[in-house]
Amino acid sequence: MSEIAEIISKNEDRIRAEWIRDMSKSVQRSDLMSKTELDEQSRALLSAIVQGVKMSGPTDVSASGWTAARELLQDISASRAWQGFSSVEVATFVLSLKQPLFASIRESLDKNQEKLLDTIWAATELLDRLALITTEAFLTAREELISRQQQELLELSTPVVKLWDGILALPIIGTLDSARTQVVMENLLQTVVATNSKYAIIDITGVPTVDTLVAQHLLKTITAARLMGAECIISGVRPQIAQTIVHLGINLEDVVTKAKLSDAFALALARSGRTVTRLASAPVNPISHLLAKREE
Amino acid sequence: MSVLKREVLPLKTSNDVVLARQKVRQWAVELRFSLVDQTKLVTAASELARNALDHGKGGSMTVEVVNVAAKSGLRLIFEDQGPGIPDIELALKDGFTSGSGMGLGLGGSKRLVNEFSIETEVGKGTKVTVARWR
Amino acid sequence: MERIPVLRMGTLLLITIQVDMHDKLAMQLQDDVTQRISEWGSTGVLIDISSLEIVDSFIGRMLANIAAMSRVLGAETVVVGMQPAVAITLVELGMSLPGVRAALSVEAGMELLFGNAAATNSGSSDERTQA
Repeated sequence: MSEIAEIISKNEDRIRAEWIRDMSKSVQRSDLMSKTELDEQSRALLSAIVQGVKMSGPTDVSASGWTAARELLQDISASRAWQGFSSVEVATFVLSLKQPLFASIRESLDKNQEKLLDTIWAATELLDRLALITTEAFLTAREELISRQQQELLELSTPVVKLWDGILALPIIGTLDSARTQVVMENLLQTVVATNSKYAIIDITGVPTVDTLVAQHLLKTITAARLMGAECIISGVRPQIAQTIVHLGINLEDVVTKAKLSDAFALALARSGRTVTRLASAPVNPISHLLAKREE
Repeated sequence: MSVLKREVLPLKTSNDVVLARQKVRQWAVELRFSLVDQTKLVTAASELARNALDHGKGGSMTVEVVNVAAKSGLRLIFEDQGPGIPDIELALKDGFTSGSGMGLGLGGSKRLVNEFSIETEVGKGTKVTVARWR
Repeated sequence: MERIPVLRMGTLLLITIQVDMHDKLAMQLQDDVTQRISEWGSTGVLIDISSLEIVDSFIGRMLANIAAMSRVLGAETVVVGMQPAVAITLVELGMSLPGVRAALSVEAGMELLFGNAAATNSGSSDERTQA
């Protein structure tokens, strides 16, 4: 079936010119890609197709002779995904090669009807497969873009707050998976260094479930902080979480945990040699003895 | 996957391990890896280079810049003609938490990279391939 | 041969690691520290690793060893200035370096080592925070 290769080689310039012309009629997007770039990509793909057909035939596009073509298509597809082309535009890049290719095939094999039909059939199947490769690569690239954006969102949603000199608070809202943990650790540890804070209160009130995995993530964070010389206190442990932790047999022996953030803060203050006192000169409410709450 | 750049370094002395670390660091910086990712990769390289030297009786490290679709990354291949590893699963599970493990650092290194594969044959040698994507 | 310098400040040994160590250098340091503790009767060892960009399992074990050996010889060890990326990587490697105390800065490290003594000598170091 190397007729396809020969036909393309002999008519390369014409096929490419018609191809580009057809593309610009339907879907060129000159706002996203220059003519020279388009020309280069078309040229490269045509020669990769010729090579593929010559080395491994026109049917098995997973064979080694087609590696160059596959990689080229993946690169073209991924870069177009990043540039903002739609999936239709990307697939059309390949599919619009059909018309000019068929025209050349018909011209070359005019005298041999049977061969003509076979060759056109092989060519259309080939281009379909190549189009599928581009679509798949496009989707993969899009997914990567989305996950990159998710990552950026993650970084925005784990603020580290300075409660006092040397005491930080890190409220975690939402699930704590391994990706989030990396972000949390980086943020926390960098802030620890920047503020020279020895204490970090990790508040998990907003973490819906704490299972063994989440506990591992928390422990990782605590260990990393400890290696640097900072102590972590976990606060916001809800009763259900406490039960889960015990049921799962999670070992939190070395970790200080508190139910409330305020308790954790008081502890951090105490450990850093501070205490909170009430001013003697504050105005005394005449019925304060009735309103007084226990302040220990 | 295309390889854009490749270099092979020998791992014959303990100074070679330092040089290997520095080379990986340099290439990771050029590829603009984040600081944490750089540190993880260079540390993994240090572990594996040391393995090839101490356990594998010397070998080499190949460092490559690779490209797949729109991603780029660094691939490191550590090869030695040493005694090989009889039980890979056991080696990957080595107890490191106590900090006194006699393990080969394989389990730990695996966690520091995105891709990890190992080929080994007792009496013939070992080849560990790791990769980290940007 | 090149060595990592071990400085003496009274009963304290101060070590600043600034180079990318090869294995022999690390072993030499271990030896030197234990030697010096014996020689000078030091009770505290402060290792500043703020310039270390890589701590792999070998270096990690070295630090743990120095802490353990020093303790046997009657001295406490504190490691200061570990970089965040290094801490994150060590944890991923599975090393938690139990038995190695850490501090954020040389100052904090000294306080850890000698802070208790200072407190009993000079009175409390409380700060009252007004509410």
